[in-house]
Amino acid sequence: MLRGEYGEVIERSFRLLVRLGEIYGADRMIPVSSVQVAGVSYKSIGDPGLEFLEDYASKGARVRVPTTLNPPGMDLEDWEDFGIPADFAEKQMRIIDAFREMGVMLTATCTPYLVGNLPRFGEHIAWSESSAVSFANSVIGARTNREGGPSALASAICGLTPNYGLHLDENRKPNFLVKVSVELKSNSDFGALGCYVGNIVKNGIPYFRGIKNADVDQLKSLGAAMAASGAVALYHVDGITPEARLMDISGLQTIEFGEEELKETYEKLNTGNDPDIIILGCPHASLREISSLAGKLKGKKLKKRVWICTSRFTKEAAKKMGLVEIIEKAGGRVVADTCMVVSPIERMGFKTVGVDSGKAANYLPGFCKQAVVFKSVDELIREAVL
Amino acid sequence: MRGRMISPGKAEGEALVSKEPIGFYGGVDPKTGIVIERGHELEGKCIKDKILVFPHGKGSTVGSYVIYGLMKNGVAPAAIVNKETETIVATGAILAGIACVDGVDIEKIKTGDRVRVNADEATVEIVG
Repeated sequence: MLRGEYGEVIERSFRLLVRLGEIYGADRMIPVSSVQVAGVSYKSIGDPGLEFLEDYASKGARVRVPTTLNPPGMDLEDWEDFGIPADFAEKQMRIIDAFREMGVMLTATCTPYLVGNLPRFGEHIAWSESSAVSFANSVIGARTNREGGPSALASAICGLTPNYGLHLDENRKPNFLVKVSVELKSNSDFGALGCYVGNIVKNGIPYFRGIKNADVDQLKSLGAAMAASGAVALYHVDGITPEARLMDISGLQTIEFGEEELKETYEKLNTGNDPDIIILGCPHASLREISSLAGKLKGKKLKKRVWICTSRFTKEAAKKMGLVEIIEKAGGRVVADTCMVVSPIERMGFKTVGVDSGKAANYLPGFCKQAVVFKSVDELIREAVL
Repeated sequence: MRGRMISPGKAEGEALVSKEPIGFYGGVDPKTGIVIERGHELEGKCIKDKILVFPHGKGSTVGSYVIYGLMKNGVAPAAIVNKETETIVATGAILAGIACVDGVDIEKIKTGDRVRVNADEATVEIVG
């Protein structure tokens, strides 16, 4: 591959993987079974990224393993309706076209595991999108490092990744013990826990004790928040995640998370009052979350804008179930493909956003210049209905 | 000086040396190759065809794409020499096909020196 016998794109992609492998001390290349590519929103990658992707596609770059795509910066069908500027939309579409040409599945979601890119336990994959990386490693027990956009794309083109970091058993051991002594009720409680712990452990591996139960949506919220406030790519939850029982937790540095820490985290993340808009679905909402929102909005009228972001796949199912209609009748919207973190909401006139996501609460002030109201969905919706 | 090859290739040119790290996204204009980061020691300087010498990259990972854009727009440095190349610059240099060597004592190189880089052999030579 390094001699260029497969062409320039493969040679450069392979060279990139080899060099990254050398920088991080990999002993060899290993095959991957799937890839998730980030760096899709025009807002994040700008003209340099757009030009790179178009150039790569035109030189014949093609993915050789199933490869799914992160959210772009807008709903790919209803963008006009959402007030996305036309210049932005044109460039965003060119990015999507380049990925299509490379053979990438246009899933346009940060939750690939909810739309068919579901690895099995122990499988080696090369994913970017920090929340998906955390979910795949922790909840499923698949193995991936936190890839960036270009390295994930290189892995997709070569079908390989350098063998280092979280691909190896010895690097999957926890280095912090988090004792949770408060009952976590909502997705936002899990998000708050994630923000608190991510801040302390940075790129460490926390092991949680005291979480009695957590559904997949709550784990999605927890992992996303830790990957945003820190750089956590793997966590374990006693009795819940698959590798937890394999781990030795003696002698680990301990972090306490109780009533007080929970309250303190909510206070810290709330930087505004009275949101202009409430945006849910970070990471992208599951069908269960949409269903639950529809339940709260059935027969009600909203006095505030409420959006819930999800994948196109999930929206289609929700539509068939009549859930989209219920939400729209109340005055809400189901936004597909994109999300608030990667869309240009600061160009759409919003100043304060209400969220139930720890990840969104972390990113909105910086990426989108927004003040944040961080609460549970129940509280946010209660304050938004007439 | 012998270092480590990050991206292959050979180049000779005038050195442009920065003691500060360089963040390419928002720091260098991909159309002109001019350093635009406010207050950066290379602000206003053009990196086109230079042997660009700096300790390491910084900032957004989109910087890799900027390095690629510099090459496509014909304003890329002839070669990059780092103290220690991190993933942003490594990714950009490899994708763009710009010769890049790290692990050499960059303090020996002064702006204006004539420098020969042979990344294939991982060597950096001050020739005048």
